[in-house]
Amino acid sequence: MRIKDHWREQRMFNRRAWFAGAVMVLSVLAVLGRLYYLQVLRHHYYDVLSLDNGVRTVPIPAARGLILDRNGEVIASNRPTFDLDLTPDEAPDLKDELKHLVRLGLLQQSDLAQLMRTIASHERFDTFPIRLDLSAREVGRFAVRRYEFPGIDISSRQARWYPFGTLAVDAVGYVGTISARELAHLNPAEYAGTAVIGQTGVEATYEKYLHGTNGYRQTLVDALGRPVRRPGVLGKELHFKAPVPGDDVVLSLDLKLQRLAEQLLKGQDGAVVAIDPWTGDVIVMASSPAFNPNLFARGITEKEYQALIDDPRRPLFNRTLRAQLPSGSTVKPALALGALTDGVIDAHQKVLAGYAYHLPGSAHLYHNANHEYCGEMTLRTAIIMSCDVYFYRLAHLMGIDRISSWLPEFGFGHRTGIDIPGEDRGLVPSRAWKRRQFANPAQGEWFPGDTVILGIGQGYFLVTPLQMAHYTAMLATRGRSYEPRLVTGLRNPRTEQIHWKRPVLNGNLTQISPAAWKVVIQAMVGVTTQPKGTAYWEMHNSTYPIAGKTGTAQLVREGAKGYANEGSYHAQKTLKQLRDDAWFIAFAPANAPRIAVAVLVEHAGWGSTGAAPIAHKLMDAYLLGPDGKLLAHPGRGPFSEPAGLKSRVMPGVDPHMTPQQRAAAP
Amino acid sequence: MIHEEFSTDSRTRRTLSGAARVLLALKVDGPLAVGLALTAGFGLVVLYSASAENTSMLVRTVLRLVLGIIIMLSVARISPNLLRRASPWLYGLGIVLLLGVAAVGHVHLGAKRWLDLGPIHFQPSELMKIAVPMMCAWYLHERPLPPRLGDLGVLGLIILAPVGLVAKEPDLGTAALITAAGAVVVFLAGLRVRALVVLLLLAAAAAALGLRFMHGYQRERLLTFLNPEAHPLGAGYHIIQSQIAVGSGGIFGKGWMAGSQAQLDFLPERTTDFIFAVIGEEFGLLGLLVLLMLYAFVIGRSIYLAMQCPDTFSRLLGGSIALTFFVYVIINAGMVTGLVPVVGVPLPLVSYGGSSVVTVLSGFGILMALFSHRKLMG
Repeated sequence: MRIKDHWREQRMFNRRAWFAGAVMVLSVLAVLGRLYYLQVLRHHYYDVLSLDNGVRTVPIPAARGLILDRNGEVIASNRPTFDLDLTPDEAPDLKDELKHLVRLGLLQQSDLAQLMRTIASHERFDTFPIRLDLSAREVGRFAVRRYEFPGIDISSRQARWYPFGTLAVDAVGYVGTISARELAHLNPAEYAGTAVIGQTGVEATYEKYLHGTNGYRQTLVDALGRPVRRPGVLGKELHFKAPVPGDDVVLSLDLKLQRLAEQLLKGQDGAVVAIDPWTGDVIVMASSPAFNPNLFARGITEKEYQALIDDPRRPLFNRTLRAQLPSGSTVKPALALGALTDGVIDAHQKVLAGYAYHLPGSAHLYHNANHEYCGEMTLRTAIIMSCDVYFYRLAHLMGIDRISSWLPEFGFGHRTGIDIPGEDRGLVPSRAWKRRQFANPAQGEWFPGDTVILGIGQGYFLVTPLQMAHYTAMLATRGRSYEPRLVTGLRNPRTEQIHWKRPVLNGNLTQISPAAWKVVIQAMVGVTTQPKGTAYWEMHNSTYPIAGKTGTAQLVREGAKGYANEGSYHAQKTLKQLRDDAWFIAFAPANAPRIAVAVLVEHAGWGSTGAAPIAHKLMDAYLLGPDGKLLAHPGRGPFSEPAGLKSRVMPGVDPHMTPQQRAAAP
Repeated sequence: MIHEEFSTDSRTRRTLSGAARVLLALKVDGPLAVGLALTAGFGLVVLYSASAENTSMLVRTVLRLVLGIIIMLSVARISPNLLRRASPWLYGLGIVLLLGVAAVGHVHLGAKRWLDLGPIHFQPSELMKIAVPMMCAWYLHERPLPPRLGDLGVLGLIILAPVGLVAKEPDLGTAALITAAGAVVVFLAGLRVRALVVLLLLAAAAAALGLRFMHGYQRERLLTFLNPEAHPLGAGYHIIQSQIAVGSGGIFGKGWMAGSQAQLDFLPERTTDFIFAVIGEEFGLLGLLVLLMLYAFVIGRSIYLAMQCPDTFSRLLGGSIALTFFVYVIINAGMVTGLVPVVGVPLPLVSYGGSSVVTVLSGFGILMALFSHRKLMG
């Protein structure tokens, strides 16, 4: 039995107490070390995490830039739309409220099942639209009963709006909802909050400028994601960045003329392109039939899209850029210029062109259209009358190699470089091209007959309406190629200052002599002024000289007539779908050209009757003032470029300059 | 001038000696009382922010503090002899109440911890936090120290009987604290180091065994502690969010009532078990240093007081109260900063919560009683 030793126990207790003290100091040091790690070493890391927790960044989409024509008319704008937004957390009797909305006609009974699924997929405190794009009447109907619908409210957002619907849709394009694939190529930070993106036309090419810079607002949210107002908490961390609206895009289009062109094409399938030959500015770009871009801007339904796809007239098909068909006789001026420059023909030599052309060494006869008799003629009369036999011979004399090197000089067979996507190349055939097309070397050989029909723009040669207009503009400027363009400038929406883009001169056919130009252009004027001219009846009463050329693109469609030489062709007697396509190209005034037009009317029959009147009316509308006299500055609008810029860039306005003057021009 | 200074000085001295006389009469230790008051005051300031300016919560806390102070002052007047003799009775009462909880306890948040006594909800386990060390000290008082093996067996029974009942509630945190309070007495009594090592090994084995019989959420907590990122929104949420709160506070903190983790509800249980993180977020490392220094002062003073006590019972009980208080603080701080698993241990005098404030203050009341009556003891 031990006895208690109080003194010993006191000392032992003290030792134990000191030992405990040491353990305590060590464990406090461990906590302090941990705090140093968390609050000093890793402070930044945790600070970012805490901001991520409490700060929600709500994007503010920038207003999309407007699209204006040269007169300042707005063709693509934004309009506020009104949606019904639901916050389930704030709606105590959600089902009753939805039924009530059905009774008010704001929802469809048939939509309810889908809507309930949508609601189930959101958090209860989320706010999301349950009905898009209310009409003004519906907004009013809801507004007076708003108090009956806790948790449901009207919200507004900006949607793209094309006030004139189908007008110029092939040039302007449209915006559509951003697809997952597009999203993969976008900077998610830049497009946070953006609902739509340019899909075609100028909307697509100038997306970068039209889009603007989105802003954002940071709000405080609690752990459940609910927005809260606590001025003291993270006050300095909540930022606001105002959105910067996108630039307005100024087009070269003249909507007055565009409207007229679409009206003239109405009910027909075809295309019209008009270009200012001295800048490449596209004045008119019309494809018929058209479609309403607002369908895409507000989100097209599967049914609506299928209807557009299934329409046999193919409204979504942009004929100005993508229709590839034979040029018909409109190619004759180009071939004539090439042949004259290469010395293959003499412009003034009279050639007997009878009923048909006989290819040496072949029994086949190449007839004139409708088996007409041409007689003895020069180049000039051959162009005026569009004598096929003359050009069969001309083509044969040139040979395929010359032809296939001359046609690209006039912009055929490659893209013109217009500033919207989707352009097709067309086709300039050559020996090498034909070899590539056929596996069998015997078939791939270039036959002389292939060359002969190229003389009247038939066979393998394919062009687009835009290429045609560009080619016409080159004829008007005597060889200058300006890159066709729709956008002339970008306007800052705040300062309203316009940054003008300079026209791009990308070629000049200086190898063609002024004499050759003179012969060919005078012949084209003759087409509209000489009684034998193919467009005389449509154009002879014009108050200003017009240089024009008709063309008939013969179809190689199934069941259609073959080439003209295989028999007579009666436009009126043939089924409409099987009729030939009519071309007409023209520039005016012929002595000082301001506009170059290419018109394609599909299945219209002869170029002169189907297409020429449309070109004539457009040129009248563009060139003539209300008094019926030529305007000094046709097409000049408040949003067309200042004259100073134009003259500085253009190497001489006068198309009748001497070679010396032309050489001196910049 | 000089005269004035002297008079001011003497007036201050008079006031101080007056206060000292009052404290002496009340059997209250002045420095310890000041330390406790400062800590509780700091706690109120933090609670006002952590509760999102909930004044009724603040009023309740003040009322509990007042109740705790009254109990502390009352207990401080009790003579250590009486305390010693009352120990077995108090312990017995505690066991009976725990059995009562097991039989007719009030279930709240899935755990049966409360006895419903009319207006007061009472946790008998809180009583045991004091009754167990008292019983251990009572048992060792007459026996020669260090305790022998047989004594250790009896002490083990004294400790583990209530611990088992509390763990069954289930309330693992409190069970651990009761174990700690009893074990500290045994340690201070001079338990041999060899025996200590053996006991620790036994405890580890028991813990491994316990893991098998743990409630699902308890095991989850432990596993979550080992890898919180595996359940970022589940059980790991507490640990991750509290570390974000502490870490984002930095050195100087985000300012009072300006901690986003606390104010925007990201920090769970921010008025109770995780209030340490609120201090870390809003007052930063400096705020936590101030708090830890206050605690260090309270604990240091308590150990000093215990060391001054002449008899075994007083020393062991006083030392246990001081060290248990430290265990509270270190476990809570370790839990919030991710050093130890999440166990429901409040931050003493700062966390919002009923019984704990009263328990802590009555413990300090006992400590003051043991110290202030020392001269009367033989």
